Amino acid sequence: MKRAASINRISDRINIGLTGLATVLIFAILVVILGTLVAGGHKVITWEFLTQPPREGMTKGGIFPAIFGMVFSVMIMLIAVLPVGVSAAIYLHEYAKPGHWLTKLVRGAVNNLAGVPSIVFGLFGLGFFINFLGRGLDASLGKETLFGQPCILWAALTLALLNLPMIIVATEEALRAVPQTERAGALALGATKWQTIWHVVLPQALPGILTGTVLVISRGAGEVAPIMFTGAAYFLPTLPKVPTDQFMTLGYHIFVMSTQSPDIEATVPIAMGATLVLLSLTIALNMVAVVIRTRTRKALRRGR
Amino acid sequence: MSLKAGPFKYVGEELIANAIRLAALVAIAGIVLIFLFVLKEAMPVLFDKAVQQEATVAGYFRGLDWQPVSDLPRYSFWPIILGTLKVTLIALLFAVPVAVGAALYSAEFAPVWLKEAIKPMVEILAGIPSVVLGFFALIFMATFLQKLFGWHIRLNAVNAGLALGVTVIPPIYSLCEDAISSVPQSFREAALGLGATPWQTAINVVLPAALPGVSAAILLGMGRAIGETMVVLMAAGNAPQFTFDLLQSTRTMTATIAAELGEVVFGSAHYHTLFFLGLLLFAVTFVINLVSWSLFDRLMAKLYGAKK
Repeated sequence: MKRAASINRISDRINIGLTGLATVLIFAILVVILGTLVAGGHKVITWEFLTQPPREGMTKGGIFPAIFGMVFSVMIMLIAVLPVGVSAAIYLHEYAKPGHWLTKLVRGAVNNLAGVPSIVFGLFGLGFFINFLGRGLDASLGKETLFGQPCILWAALTLALLNLPMIIVATEEALRAVPQTERAGALALGATKWQTIWHVVLPQALPGILTGTVLVISRGAGEVAPIMFTGAAYFLPTLPKVPTDQFMTLGYHIFVMSTQSPDIEATVPIAMGATLVLLSLTIALNMVAVVIRTRTRKALRRGR
Repeated sequence: MSLKAGPFKYVGEELIANAIRLAALVAIAGIVLIFLFVLKEAMPVLFDKAVQQEATVAGYFRGLDWQPVSDLPRYSFWPIILGTLKVTLIALLFAVPVAVGAALYSAEFAPVWLKEAIKPMVEILAGIPSVVLGFFALIFMATFLQKLFGWHIRLNAVNAGLALGVTVIPPIYSLCEDAISSVPQSFREAALGLGATPWQTAINVVLPAALPGVSAAILLGMGRAIGETMVVLMAAGNAPQFTFDLLQSTRTMTATIAAELGEVVFGSAHYHTLFFLGLLLFAVTFVINLVSWSLFDRLMAKLYGAKK
């Protein structure tokens, strides 16, 4: 009996240790990836690298146009996805009746949208935005080719749709954290439903919405598959000026420099630098999200 | 409420409610439009006689060659379907034990402070863009593994599968952890009270109770693995060959679209074929996700009664 108990205790230790090992392995993977990429890329990154365009057939120079294009496209994406995503979440949490068929349909759509492969978003962007909307607009405006071609606008809208589920889920979670009594209080004081949402619910949900926004920026900056055919360019001699221009972007630049270049030896170091810049950006954004979330959780706990 | 508010206020209120409802409909419109427009561009394969001279749906499942650019183009999906399956299988074999193990650890055994450290770590891993992981696998991991195991071909299904595994660990972990954490405390207390050890409780009581959720997590990971593009495009070598050898260069469905759509002639049989491939990809991941979510709902129903 006693012996059985001690055997149990030992096998418990071993088994629990194994699950702990799995956790350590995830940590190790993260450290190895980050360590390797920092070691490989940190020497490449200089002020010139960040502020100069590529030179000599992209074998020298910097990555500034790619950074510029990334910021440009992410901004348009945000303008499109934020109002729609936050409103959709407000609908789901504040207006929709829980068991109603429309609510279920919206939820199902959000879940499935989140599972659509990113390359399929790219196909969709090409088929819908460029071939259908873009060419349709050109035909009705009598233009040569303005909208019916890959450009920042279409790439950003494709990214916006890709990120829609993420902002909806984050916002809804934030809305759920606002206590029901706050709403009841506002309504009891005579506020309308929208006044309650605007003045009472949304301010409290703001940190959560911010977290979602930061994550969406991070994901929008790094996605490549959806923009390959909807706007990203291999190389451009000038910076894009309007949303109907094509653009260079960091993620696509990494792909091009590490696989499509005729002179891989010369371009891989540049790709390493670009990778480190993109990685630092996304990790910084994710950390900001983690910090906001931890703070909010603590504040919530204090409040209760 | 509307009685107290003035009539103007009431009108504004209705307008806002409608605008918000409209925004929610965008999500539905999004998924419907994706399906319709990928279908639209794939349609000529089914109905256009000129396209069918070169590529037909029956032809996609005949033969074993994917050679779209040649005098006699051949569009057999088998090599790239097999490539997708190989890479996905390796990714899951690697990711599932790690992710489920870590989820079990953080839900059942980890002290609170450690648990609070694991989640952000996994979130940061999830935040690494797939092109960055692809680059890592292409430049560093492939070289390292080739030296270690003496591979003949540097970029192969194992290399891509392992990198792909890293991308699906976070989603599997998160959903799994949710499922295990939502098993009511009374289950554990009952088992421990009957003399079970913590491990016996976790493996014989908690994990079986959470099983629909764990299966949902694995399915979700599978859907992600099938749909992931950049990692496999960069790390798998990209030769569309029909072979069961895991150490050969391979090509997935996603990578085929990504690699070829850029150079394809608009409106050609090849162009429509790539959209048909996308449609297939959409359908497969759609079904997998649907099953995954219904499994998770079943878990919640099982643990907390019919209503969620």
